[in-house]
Order: sequence, then C-alpha cells, then structure tokens
Amino acid sequence: MNVTTVFINALAAVCLVFALIKDTTKTKQALKIAIISFFRIFPTVLAIIIIIGLLSGFVPESQISKIVGENAGFRGVLTVAFLGAILHIPSLISFPLAASLLEKGASITSVAVFITTLTMIGMVTLPLEIRILGKKLALLRNGLSFIIAIIIGLIIGVIL
Amino acid sequence: MKKMSKEKQKKGLVKDMLFLGIILAIAIILLLIFPEKKELVISSSKGFFMEMILILPAVMILMGLFAVFVPNDVIVKYLGRSSGIKGIFLAILMGAFPTGPLYVAFPIAAALLKKGARISNIIAFLSAWACIKIPQELVELQFLGLKFMITRLLLTILFVIVMGIVIEQIVLLSEKTTKHEQTS
Repeated sequence: MNVTTVFINALAAVCLVFALIKDTTKTKQALKIAIISFFRIFPTVLAIIIIIGLLSGFVPESQISKIVGENAGFRGVLTVAFLGAILHIPSLISFPLAASLLEKGASITSVAVFITTLTMIGMVTLPLEIRILGKKLALLRNGLSFIIAIIIGLIIGVIL
Repeated sequence: MKKMSKEKQKKGLVKDMLFLGIILAIAIILLLIFPEKKELVISSSKGFFMEMILILPAVMILMGLFAVFVPNDVIVKYLGRSSGIKGIFLAILMGAFPTGPLYVAFPIAAALLKKGARISNIIAFLSAWACIKIPQELVELQFLGLKFMITRLLLTILFVIVMGIVIEQIVLLSEKTTKHEQTS
C-alpha cells in the first residue's frame, strides 16, 4: 500500500461519512450506483490488465519505444493522438495502461497526448455530439482538442 | 428513456464480457504456446491488478456520491447565469465534479446553450467533464505520479480556457457573416 492508495481511500471514507451525516437515503443511493458501476467496469478492467500483462511478456521494449518512444519523433506523437481519439476505453482504465507503456519505454509526451485525446475526443460519440450541439461546435471542439492535446503533451515532455 | 438506457447498459456489459473473453482466450493460447513467458505476464498483470483493486472501490464511491449530490439541474442553474473569469472557472469546477461518460454532458450543454450561457463556458464545461474528473485525477495520481498529474491538470485547465475563447470567437464571427446558419 502506497501513500496514494491510502489517500484515495481516506478521501472516499471522509466524503462517505459527511454524506451519511447529511442525507442517509441519498448516500444509500450513491452506494448503490457505486456498486453497479464497479461491476459494470470490472470486466474491462480485467481485460486491460491482461493486455498489460501480455504487452510486458510479448512486446519487447525496443518495439514500444520505437513506436511511441523518445526517438519516434512527431510521427509517434501523431500516432498515439489518433489512437487516443479513436479508441473508446474508459479513462479510469487508461491510466494503468499508460503507466505500463511508460515503464516499457514510451515517452512522457506520447503518454500525456494519449490520455488527453482519449478523454477529450470521442469519435464514437461524435455523431451524438453533432446531433445535440450542432455540427459547428462539435467539430470545433473535437478538432481543437486534438491540437491542444498534442501541445499539452509536448509541453509536459519539455517540463518533466 | 430510463428503460432504454438500462437496455443499452446491458448490451454494453455483454460487449465488455465478450471483449474480456476474447482477450482471455488469446492470453491462454499465447501462454500455452510460450509457457516460458507465463511468469512475466502473470506477475505484471498481478501488480497492476493489485494497484487497481485497492483504489477502484473508493473511486466508485466518490463517483456515486458526486452523481447523487450534484444533480444536473444544479449545474444548469449555476452556469446559465455566470459570466467572466468566475464563469469559466465555475464551468470547469462544475464539469469536474459530476461523473458519467461525456455523452451525459451533451444534453446539459445543450440546455446551457439554450439558456444563453457563453459558448466559451460551455466548451470549458464539456472539456472539464471529459478530462478533469476528480476521481480520474486520483487514478492518474496512483499510476503516473503527482508531478505528471499536476502538470497535465494545470496545462489542461489553461488550454481548455484558451480553446473555449477561440471557439467562441470563431462561432461569433461565423454568425456575423452568415446570420442564418444555426443548429436546431
């Protein structure tokens, strides 16, 4: 157990106690939602964790760093940006995946770009977004998100 | 509507189980062919599994609490009338608190648009909803460390604000030139 694990669990416990004091019925409802979402996300968590295991067993580090490492250059960054935009992985699960890639030689920039496009851009939900918010807003938001994700990643790569 | 989303959820769960089954089958086949890799694969998976399982219940509880205590109409109420710098930060904060996938936020954004909220605030709200979620940040902290998480968070907030302003200007400009084209 590291500090972060303790912190996250403590935070949840404190919030839970406050919620219970404030409104018991609402808190029960919240816990019900929590349990349902836990089981809802669990299969995907398991699948991604197996993929991480397979990655570390079968994909050599040199291969990963060639595609998304420091030396992959801007093309590597564009590749992960596209992957992040297209893939539909819950963001919660993208973090362990990103961490495993980082361990295996991916650059900080590509990991940051991947997480950012993955969360901000939704190719799968784009038609829905267009229908509800209009073509102009939806396309501008997704398009500009792609660009700022790359900028954010590049800056993080310089800073860290 | 509620029934529809429930059905959709069920379909999604079946899809996820199928995905898990396929991945599991691939893993088993690969490990049968290359048994020498077994130890590495299992120990790596186990490490990540432990890290995840120790925080996942807590993260889910936080998400559940947000979902119940910060209902959508509260967001619309506060964001519909705020403006200026305060408005933009409120938009980000409001986007960061509640949970759920991005498509849940679209109708809220549409309601805000109808209420006359500024486009920059709506974009900031949507982007915050997409990628500045508090439970998400906690998982990022767990796996990628404090420095990475804070840096990405600050940069994201900064650029989301810039993006909101840019999109607002583009939309206003194009509305001026072609006065007619608005979404239904």
